[in-house]
Amino acid sequence: MARVVVDVMLKPEILDPQGQAVAGALPRLGIGDVRSVRIGRHIEIEFEGEPDLDRAREIADKLLANPVIEDFTVRVEEYEEADQ
Amino acid sequence: MSMRIGVVTFPGSLDDRDAQRAVRIAGAEPVALWHADSDLRGVDGVILPGGFSYGDYLRCGAIARFSAVMDSVVKAAGDGMPVLGICNGFQILCEAHLLPGALTRNEHLHFRNRDQWLRIESTGSAWTAGYEAGQEILIPVKNGEGRYVADGRTLDELEGSGRIVARYVRGNPNGSQRDIAAISNEAGNVVGIMPHPEHAVEALTGPSVDGLGFFTSVLAHLGAHA
Repeated sequence: MARVVVDVMLKPEILDPQGQAVAGALPRLGIGDVRSVRIGRHIEIEFEGEPDLDRAREIADKLLANPVIEDFTVRVEEYEEADQ
Repeated sequence: MSMRIGVVTFPGSLDDRDAQRAVRIAGAEPVALWHADSDLRGVDGVILPGGFSYGDYLRCGAIARFSAVMDSVVKAAGDGMPVLGICNGFQILCEAHLLPGALTRNEHLHFRNRDQWLRIESTGSAWTAGYEAGQEILIPVKNGEGRYVADGRTLDELEGSGRIVARYVRGNPNGSQRDIAAISNEAGNVVGIMPHPEHAVEALTGPSVDGLGFFTSVLAHLGAHA
C-alpha cells in the first residue's frame, strides 16, 4: 500500500517561537549541543485508489500550507497493511 | 432606511454578538450571516468577527476560508463592499488572500489579553475615515496568534501606499512586524485588525469608546458612496 506524505515547514526566515521554546527546554534534559529546533506538520493522505502526487500537491498548496509563511514537500510512502 | 451590516458566524466564532452590538450602537442594522450559507442577504458591508473558527485547526482561518459564505465575501469585496476582519477575521482575510501576509504565533508564545494603545496611521480606508490621522485609541487586544508577518517587499509596499491602517504604540503585544495592528487592501474597502474595536464601543463594558469609529466610519463611507 502507499500513501502520500506532506511535510509542511515554516520558511527558514519565519520565526518559530514554538521551536525556540522546545530548544530552550533541552538543557533541562541535559542536552546542550542543539543549535536550533524548528517545528512543522506531517500529514498523511490516503486516496481511494493510487496515490496521486499532483492532487496531493494541489491540496498542500491550497489548504495544508500557507505559501506566505510555509514550504511543503510531497512524497509517496509505502507501508505495510498491518501498520494501519 | 438604515444601513445593513452583516456579521458572519462560523463554528467557533466568539465575538459575533459583540460585533452586532457595535453595529447597532453605531446606528446600523446588524444582519446575522451563516458560514454555510453563501447568501449575503443584501447587506452593505460585512464583518468577520473574532474567535476560533473551525477550532483554529490546521492554521487560524485556513478552513474558514473555504466556507460557502467566503466565496460571496471575496466576490463582494472585489466589487468594493466594505469588509472588516477582526482578530480571527483578519486571519481569515489573509488566508483568503484578500489581504497580504499572515498572522503567526505570538513571539513570546503567551496569549495576550489587555487594553492596547494603537495609532491610526491611515484614514483612507472605509473603516477608519472618521478618525484623525495619528489619533491614538485604546481598545482590547486578545490573541495567541496575532504576530503579523510578510516579506520585506510587501511590508515596504504597505508602508509606501498608506495601507498600514493602525500600529501598536506604547508596547507591541505580539512581536508583529513594524508594529502592525491593522492593514487594508489597495482599494481600502477591506481592513483586517488584530485588536478588537467592537469591545470598545460603550463606557460600561469597554476601556473606552474609541472602537466605535470603525463602525461609524463605514456608515459614513457607505452614505457618501450610496
